[in-house]
Amino acid sequence: MTSSVPVGATSAPGSPLDWSEPLVPGEVVLDERVAPNASWSAVVRAGHVLTIVDVGGNQSGDCLIYNAADTEERYSVPDTLAWQGNAYVRTGTVLRSNLGNPLMTVVGNEIDRQDTIGGACSKESNTLRYGHHVMFHHGCRENFLSEGQKHGLGLRDLVSNLNWFMNVPVEADGALGIVDGMSAPGKRVAVRPDTDVLVLVSNCPQMNNPCNDFNPTPLRMIVVRP
Amino acid sequence: MTDSVLNARADARARGGQTSDWMPYLPASSSPYRPAGSEALTWAETVAPGGYTHKVLARGTRIRFDDPTGDACAHVIVYNALEPVERLNVADTVKIPWQAYLGAGHPLLSGDGRVLATIVEDTSGHHDAFCGTSTEAWNQQKYGDARPEGPSPAGRSLFVKAAAKHGLTPRDLPPSVSFFQGIQVDADGTFVWQGSAGEGTSVELLAELPLLILVANVPHPLDPRPEYAAGPLRVHAWRTAPTGPDDDRFHATPEAHRAYLNTIDYAEARGL
Ligand SMILES: [Zn+2]
Repeated sequence: MTSSVPVGATSAPGSPLDWSEPLVPGEVVLDERVAPNASWSAVVRAGHVLTIVDVGGNQSGDCLIYNAADTEERYSVPDTLAWQGNAYVRTGTVLRSNLGNPLMTVVGNEIDRQDTIGGACSKESNTLRYGHHVMFHHGCRENFLSEGQKHGLGLRDLVSNLNWFMNVPVEADGALGIVDGMSAPGKRVAVRPDTDVLVLVSNCPQMNNPCNDFNPTPLRMIVVRP
Repeated sequence: MTDSVLNARADARARGGQTSDWMPYLPASSSPYRPAGSEALTWAETVAPGGYTHKVLARGTRIRFDDPTGDACAHVIVYNALEPVERLNVADTVKIPWQAYLGAGHPLLSGDGRVLATIVEDTSGHHDAFCGTSTEAWNQQKYGDARPEGPSPAGRSLFVKAAAKHGLTPRDLPPSVSFFQGIQVDADGTFVWQGSAGEGTSVELLAELPLLILVANVPHPLDPRPEYAAGPLRVHAWRTAPTGPDDDRFHATPEAHRAYLNTIDYAEARGL
């Protein structure tokens, strides 16, 4: 098909891909591929385990989590960080809600640390970060809106998020930013719901910083019943 | 004597004209704590320890917070008062300036690529954009009591009430920032408690759009003191001009420059 739409993000042909397998063994109850730039959502049941595979390496998977029974209770960056007293997400991190309750727990993680400080990209913030010439690029906030509306969620429900496989160090003087990732094709993170949760993911289409190596690649989402 | 309407009215009226340590001052110009250098005041109030306040403010309003005892902690959420769905985005507020620690010149950004308010003065330097405010679950485990009407209310409980008074619900409460009690991040990511810079510090915000501001004055979640350590917070506001091309901060960084351009573009299109 020919089209004059300036879609923006493109994936380099021939990028190495490793589809990997679930990080925690069990009966597979869901196994889906998220194309570059696309969004995804699913309800994941308490006790199941969601493995997210960074198929092409250093591909940011922006992620929001809601209590499936009451989406007014949702993932909270400050509660997650304050309860653990640390700015980074690692194995054992309890992903908490705005009420302080556990939503999911990180039970497996194959990179040093995961980010939850850097937030999601958007068309609007891209104009601040890179200039108005990139306003037409697609962003994660737009993915969250398209995916969220399938579940009755809108702009009021978008809060600060997780970024699986993205690297945002905080330096001694408070300087922080998105730098080259520490992941690689086939690296995984596994999260286990503490209650039934709705998970939204944006496969980040950003082409102006290293959050996806300037090369958007797929993600694989696998849910198992251990 | 309150045994009749007339007596009850007389009794009620006899209660007027008094003062307390925490109260709004009306007219604002009657504030006993008017900051030096302020213009005609449009808001003057002392917020109680464990108290909250909220206000809709005109674009260009300068808001000053004073911590007279060193024990205030001002948890703040700001919204575009015309479209409250545009609200503080803490992630963009630290990511876009490439700086996690709040201080003078730092913009408080919305998720829509605009500056809701700018930190224009800061004599404290002890603030936090990581930990948000306290929840009932947190205060219950820390203090043994988190009742919103009790002696150790959570910041979130106060935000819920303040937001509701503007027709907003808990869905409308994003992560907040806090002033006057600081934390820093060490190399491992661990939060290191910094606490207060001492009594008598102040922070001033400049409203870059018509602003709804919610303020909860409660202990920082990581305050290590076992008691509910909170002091009064003074708030004063007066009308000035929003940031424009004549201000150094308008051009200070390329990111801030484009953020102010976006903000002014919105204001002019709306005829503000
Ligand atoms: Zn993105």
